[in-house]
Amino acid sequence: MTTKIKNLQAPYLDHYGYCVSTDFEVHRNWLAITYSLPVKEWYKNDISQWTLDYPPLFALFEFIFSLFAQYFDEKMLIIENLNYKSKMTVLFQRLTVVFTDLLFAYSIKECLNELRKKIDLKQSNFHLIFIIIFGNAGLLLVDHIHFQYNGFLFGVLLLSIARILQRRNLEGAFWFCVLLNLKHIYLYIAPAYFVYLYRMECARENNTGKVKWLSLPKRNCISLASIVIFVFLVSFGPFIALGQLQQVLFRLFPFKRGLCHSYWAPNLWALYNFMDKFLTVLGLKLGYVADVNRGSMTSGLVKEYEHTILPSIAPIHTFLLTVITMLPCLLKLWKSSNNPWQFVRSLTMCGFCSFLFGWHVHEKAILLIILPLSLLSLLSREETKYFTILNVISQYSLFPLIFTPEETVLKVTALLLHSSLLFSLLEKYWRSRFKPSSFLNMYELLYILGLLFVFLYNQFIHHLLGLHISLPFLPLMITSVYCSIGILYCWFGLYKFMLNI
Amino acid sequence: MRDYINVCLFGIFLRWCVSLYPYSGAGKPPMFGDYEAQRHWQEITVNLPLKEWYINSTDNDLEYWGLDYPPLTAYHSLLCGLVARYINPNFTTLHVSRGFESKDHKLFMRYTVLVIDLLIFIPAAFLLFRNNENICKSKSGLFSCFSALMLYPGLFIIDYGHFQYNNASLGLFIIAVGLLYKNLDYASGIFFVLALNYKQMELYHSLPFFAYFLGKFYKENTFFQCLKKLSIMGFVVLFTFLVCWFPFLNNFELIFQIIRRIFPIARGLFEDKVASFWCSLSIIFKLKLMFSNSTMALICLLTTLSLSLPSSVHLFCYPKPNVFKYSLINISFIFFLFSFHVHEKSILLVAIPASLVFCEEPLIVCWFFIISIIKYDNAFIQKFTEKGQENQEFSTPYNHLASYFI
Repeated sequence: MTTKIKNLQAPYLDHYGYCVSTDFEVHRNWLAITYSLPVKEWYKNDISQWTLDYPPLFALFEFIFSLFAQYFDEKMLIIENLNYKSKMTVLFQRLTVVFTDLLFAYSIKECLNELRKKIDLKQSNFHLIFIIIFGNAGLLLVDHIHFQYNGFLFGVLLLSIARILQRRNLEGAFWFCVLLNLKHIYLYIAPAYFVYLYRMECARENNTGKVKWLSLPKRNCISLASIVIFVFLVSFGPFIALGQLQQVLFRLFPFKRGLCHSYWAPNLWALYNFMDKFLTVLGLKLGYVADVNRGSMTSGLVKEYEHTILPSIAPIHTFLLTVITMLPCLLKLWKSSNNPWQFVRSLTMCGFCSFLFGWHVHEKAILLIILPLSLLSLLSREETKYFTILNVISQYSLFPLIFTPEETVLKVTALLLHSSLLFSLLEKYWRSRFKPSSFLNMYELLYILGLLFVFLYNQFIHHLLGLHISLPFLPLMITSVYCSIGILYCWFGLYKFMLNI
Repeated sequence: MRDYINVCLFGIFLRWCVSLYPYSGAGKPPMFGDYEAQRHWQEITVNLPLKEWYINSTDNDLEYWGLDYPPLTAYHSLLCGLVARYINPNFTTLHVSRGFESKDHKLFMRYTVLVIDLLIFIPAAFLLFRNNENICKSKSGLFSCFSALMLYPGLFIIDYGHFQYNNASLGLFIIAVGLLYKNLDYASGIFFVLALNYKQMELYHSLPFFAYFLGKFYKENTFFQCLKKLSIMGFVVLFTFLVCWFPFLNNFELIFQIIRRIFPIARGLFEDKVASFWCSLSIIFKLKLMFSNSTMALICLLTTLSLSLPSSVHLFCYPKPNVFKYSLINISFIFFLFSFHVHEKSILLVAIPASLVFCEEPLIVCWFFIISIIKYDNAFIQKFTEKGQENQEFSTPYNHLASYFI
């Protein structure tokens, strides 16, 4: 029953009748494609600019929904109806998100039941943390206003994590493969799965627990491998048979898109770009640099751009950097056997590294970090601290996604409410264990307060100063850079903590 | 305290979610709806001199959403109108801006409601429920009453969706109740008069206040004390009235005209469908055909007053805050059922006092809240299907939330 109550938080945001983002049209288009066209046309069709760029299982998922969509409004299923937005269409789409969030709720409950076995969690705190995870303001904004199915996908992820926490590793693996075939962004965290599952299921140990390198893998290894292969076959099989594998992969991994998205995700590259711009401006002023092409990288279009002063970055650089930064935590995971919570930590760190150093990262990927971290948030004081800071930063960094003035009150109150609930939980939980001392030191508090100033600047002062004409993307850049500093700080702190456990 | 803030934030969040929906009469010329009425009042009050606000003239056509609330509403409209004119003169240009609709304007209007909430309603709720042991013995009971009030969907669906400013008059009313609980009688009187001067529907609550104060002063030790307090109260009330009506005082004809606008006998016994006694009775006896409006008004008045008598007398004999809150509910219920020309929105006047007893009778109050929302469902389903659907969606979560408190 408590699940149902919390469940009802989600639908509230769906009441956004008319102004929807492009992602809404994207999904409508996919409903239309999967409904009207035979499978072999799914990844070839490009009538709309929003081509299918999620893996096949997601296409199947859209197909199943389209079967229901026809009862709501048949016209949404005609591909040529670009930007079709009737009331029934909006209603249907919103309802699907709400409906799939049920899975999310279930998975959270499963995970929290496991958490309860590890730490002492009173019933009221259980409810609170459920609300905090389920009602993560950033997720709410992205899913229900901006329109995506992240709730559902995180439901699958958390289900997979829950199964691993329950030591049902094979089921965990199955759900993760399904997840990968629903949205390939979860490749970011695949290394953690690979290392953990291999260590647990495949590697043989001798009596003292050391891994025997030169022995045959355990029997479970074969089951594991067959599950993985089975899921991928079900997903990609039809396309391999049709000889379209290359086309599908090309759609899924469009590497041409540039180091950063049009709104720089607050990662290392945002800082890198900023340094480059800063040095360029400095260089121009000091006369060191000849007049260069001033095409702004924050011009809002996704295109490739060469850095002016600092060396250019290619995908291979980001890949190597990501892999290198992931290695220490993966090694630590390998060493700490039989500790599924360590697995959750590595998962978070993998997501973190990929977010910070990856190629063309979306700001929405911050959810990949914050949601697993919310499971860990009560396990230790450090994790609580970094979760608190990261929570505020991540939700603030998602603000630019929701930019119309009508939505300002919503996103501000969502952020404030969520943070406030989090503080309530932390007060209630930690008071009974430790002396109530503040978690954040002065600099961290100042940083978070600084967010308020950034917000005020972006909302009012920028416009008042008249800079919105000459420097239209300054607010976005400031948001990116300010948030990336905080995120890098949290990454560093969490990594240090994790390696020292 | 943090819990109260959380509920507040959640309440604001819900209100703003509702505000994203269309308002009443959106895109429906020639008359549009309540939203246009409020906009029109801003237009009238900003452009015309005070004397002409309630009078039919070429500039002020009373048939097109003429002002029919007391002066405080008019002053509030003036304030909003001035801000509106500063933002964009097109919002309030005389005649030309009729039926003006735009995204910016909608945002502006929604913000005005939010401002009232932040300035009046939310502080009022805090005043009433925070640390006020007279209402509920336990802290969690107090908190549940507070949540019931903040999250009652009926109020914000009307205010943010349909578009009105009920939170202003109800907020002032709540302040009056809060002050009464703190034994600040004269202040309570002042705020109640202010609430009354914002919307005349607050008359529903006037009898309980009157009976309570009368009873309380009667219980004073000496007759002289009683008389003294009574006269101070009378003076305070009268003074507040005079302050509110100050600009109109030198013109009796104008005052009568305003009273005619505020109490429209000509409008008839009831409009559309409303859950009042007379409406239900009309199914069998066609009351509208049997009696003239003025006769019917008299019948309503007599029934209402006589039925309110038991509760008022009881309150007079036992002027305690506990009795007061039940009396508020009883009498406003009677008024709702038996008054002349009751709007379905008037159920708000019953629902808000009901939240005072939420900690003691959670189930009944919950049930009542849900029924009151279903009424909106039916009323609005003719106007918009989205509004009806939205009501359903709000009532079910509210249902669950409320049962959680039990």
